[in-house]
Amino acid sequence: MALNSNPLTSQPAPALAEALADDRRGAAAAEKAAPAPRRPFGRWFRETGWRHIIGIVMLLFCAFPLAYVLSASLNPGGTLLTANSLFSTFDLGAYFRLFENPSQPYGAWFVNTLVIGLATAFGTVLLGALAAYAFSRMRFTGRRFGLLTLLLVQMFPQLLAFVAIFLLMSAIADIFPALGLNSQLGLIMVYLGGALGVNTYLMYGFFNTVPASIDEAAKIDGAGHARIFFTIILRLVAPILAVVGLLSFLATTNDFVIASVVLSDPDKQTLAVGLYQFVSQETARNWSVFAAGAVLAAIIPVALFLALQRFIVGGLTAGSVK
Amino acid sequence: MTIPTLDTDDRASDRRADPATEKRRRRAAAFADAASAGWKVWLFKIVALGIVDAMAIYAILVLVVQEQWVIAVAIAVGVVVLNAIYLIPGLLPAKYLAPGLVFLFIFQIFVVLYTVYIAFTNYGSGHNSDKEDAITSLLQQSQTRVADSATYPVQIASRDGEFFLVVEDPETGDLSVGGNELPLESISSPEAAGYDVLDFSQILANQAEIGALAVPLDDDLNDGYLRTTDGSNAYLFQSSLEWDPVADTMTNTETGVVYRDIGTGAFTADDGTEILPGWQVWVGGENFVRAVTEESIRGPFIAVLIWTFVFAFLSVATTFVLGLFLAVVFNDPKMKSRKYYRVILILPYAFPAFLSALIWAGMFNQDFGFINQVLLGGASIPWLLDPILAKVAILIVNLWLGFPYMFLVCTGALQSIPDDIQEAGRVDGAGVWQVFRHIKFPLLLVSVAPLLISSFAFNFNNFNIVYMLTNGGPRFADASINVGATDILISMVYKVAFVGANRDYGLASAFSIIIFILVAVISYVSFRQTKVLEELN
Repeated sequence: MALNSNPLTSQPAPALAEALADDRRGAAAAEKAAPAPRRPFGRWFRETGWRHIIGIVMLLFCAFPLAYVLSASLNPGGTLLTANSLFSTFDLGAYFRLFENPSQPYGAWFVNTLVIGLATAFGTVLLGALAAYAFSRMRFTGRRFGLLTLLLVQMFPQLLAFVAIFLLMSAIADIFPALGLNSQLGLIMVYLGGALGVNTYLMYGFFNTVPASIDEAAKIDGAGHARIFFTIILRLVAPILAVVGLLSFLATTNDFVIASVVLSDPDKQTLAVGLYQFVSQETARNWSVFAAGAVLAAIIPVALFLALQRFIVGGLTAGSVK
Repeated sequence: MTIPTLDTDDRASDRRADPATEKRRRRAAAFADAASAGWKVWLFKIVALGIVDAMAIYAILVLVVQEQWVIAVAIAVGVVVLNAIYLIPGLLPAKYLAPGLVFLFIFQIFVVLYTVYIAFTNYGSGHNSDKEDAITSLLQQSQTRVADSATYPVQIASRDGEFFLVVEDPETGDLSVGGNELPLESISSPEAAGYDVLDFSQILANQAEIGALAVPLDDDLNDGYLRTTDGSNAYLFQSSLEWDPVADTMTNTETGVVYRDIGTGAFTADDGTEILPGWQVWVGGENFVRAVTEESIRGPFIAVLIWTFVFAFLSVATTFVLGLFLAVVFNDPKMKSRKYYRVILILPYAFPAFLSALIWAGMFNQDFGFINQVLLGGASIPWLLDPILAKVAILIVNLWLGFPYMFLVCTGALQSIPDDIQEAGRVDGAGVWQVFRHIKFPLLLVSVAPLLISSFAFNFNNFNIVYMLTNGGPRFADASINVGATDILISMVYKVAFVGANRDYGLASAFSIIIFILVAVISYVSFRQTKVLEELN
């Protein structure tokens, strides 16, 4: 479905759009002329009503934990027990206390997560797009082999190699402390190790939908390959770049294993690592403070997700359609 | 390409009259354009390559000093290749592939190979360095003060952030200086040799480090060390272990027990007792053998293995069934406000998973959690503490987290099935259920099956939910490693490698490889199966 958002293919031809609109108008007119008789309740319920009941049950199931954590964050009692009286109080104290404890530097975690997530997303998009451009636009020996290898390498996720990553990073720390263990730059580099692979595949498919005649034309006008890539292609494939960037951002912010292995200093950790330790140590006492932290931490990913859900859904189903 | 449009009209019309000039002008513009883009690209290229080269040279120098030849050569080769790619004209694909491949090689391919290597060593706490380091630290660890030895008046000095002892010989009064890795060497005065002498308050501020100072008398570590407890007097300490480089043995001078290097990575006495720290050695398949034969590892390992399969299978099954059901329910065009339902239904998927698991852990709390206290009216059900219930809890939370994905995927797949196929079924007299069962579902499965397989592989390694919700617990009482009833393989690996005092990187890596092989085989077999499925339809 993300493919629909390709500026080159998304807009239906004007004539077709016109026809569609006509069709719709026609249908509306027909409805007006002969208003369909209201379905009796029994029939309405058999056909669509029961669907709403399931919908409401699912709504409760889905939204409840989120409502619960929001309510807990507004409860000054602060414990698990007081959190059970849903929305009985309104107190923002927990949100302020969140930033007051220097041994739990929530503000630093938040900034770290954002910085690491954004840098990784940017790097992933850039590296993935470069590779996808090469695979899509150039013919070279080993191209097919390269594409296949990328897919194979992904079979062994980085997640499984965290012991080796830890040992590698501690060895790097002896030479370049700025890139080794306990370095955020180092963590970003580790994440970029997974930049190719699935992302390249997603982008490769999308790059192929951009007609090659566009770059040919630019070439005739004298543009070099770098200029074609950065000023023409990257703009035309912006939707897929957004999807890959977002997926990478979400994956990075959700990662606990590698972040916890690489970053040991509380000031350098991410939300996933920090908040986990926070709750595992003091569940009972500071529940509302944790809840406030969770609400704040979720705002950005949820907002991004909802804003770009159209593209994400497309990204998810693109693999299956292929 | 912008240049032609900038021409003023009169001159342009002059030139257009002459086709030859026009052609030349265009070519010139093209060259200029290419050159202007090239200039920036070249500058960027030179700066970037310069930074990479500088870092590489620095790394190689450091590695040469540490005598790590293999890595130094690898870096040198890599950096030469990189320079060649960007400086030699042509090689266009390589220019675009190289940046991603560099990271891929180091942080994906290399670490995988390194994992394999570690799996065949005894790397872990107690075995994390080479033999030389192990000997030094053994001798430093087991020191006791030599009775009736002389008292050495000392001062504490510092240089470059490290601490040193300035020692006055009790008999001759000569000064010498030494540190943890610097055997005593004589000096005329500490200031002349570049040391700063600490005053009393500075000594107080750095007590711990100064107390840990052990200065070797000379290059032979068996001669003993000088240590100070108060910053003004030092005493001779000797190790209770004696190192014999010729026979390659450690002898305990108090008990007389001789420890030998028998190839297991630690000095071992004849009765099998080891003295740690040891060092890293190649142990062959021992870690794999341990995983399947050692009783206290095998039991929990098999339990974890079975639960991992059950968990991954049930996760996919439950989320798929619910997701598909909802997709069918909400795929009715007559139903109003489907859009709003959909937004709420994907909220659990948008919410960061680690947070969801932590929140559910609070709600499942036995004594204070919402589920027991409010929903079940004050019941005291040990959701996360009973092995069976903890597994149920994990599956419930995973259903909550995972069904939106299946819902989205199934909705997409359903909508891509053309309507006329089901019309045809209807005409032939099939009911709603039959149309779904025999027409829609097989078609849907064709497109969704690969996603189900990758979802299985994902859940096989779904670390966050297990670790955040139950921490793997409740813990097996009879296991020698820190493993519990809800641990899946990946969380077990994490705990073996990083949780608790005893870290066993070798065993953890061996488990990693076992997981990889399992996932790879399952994926391979099931992808083969789905191809069969595709051909059938």
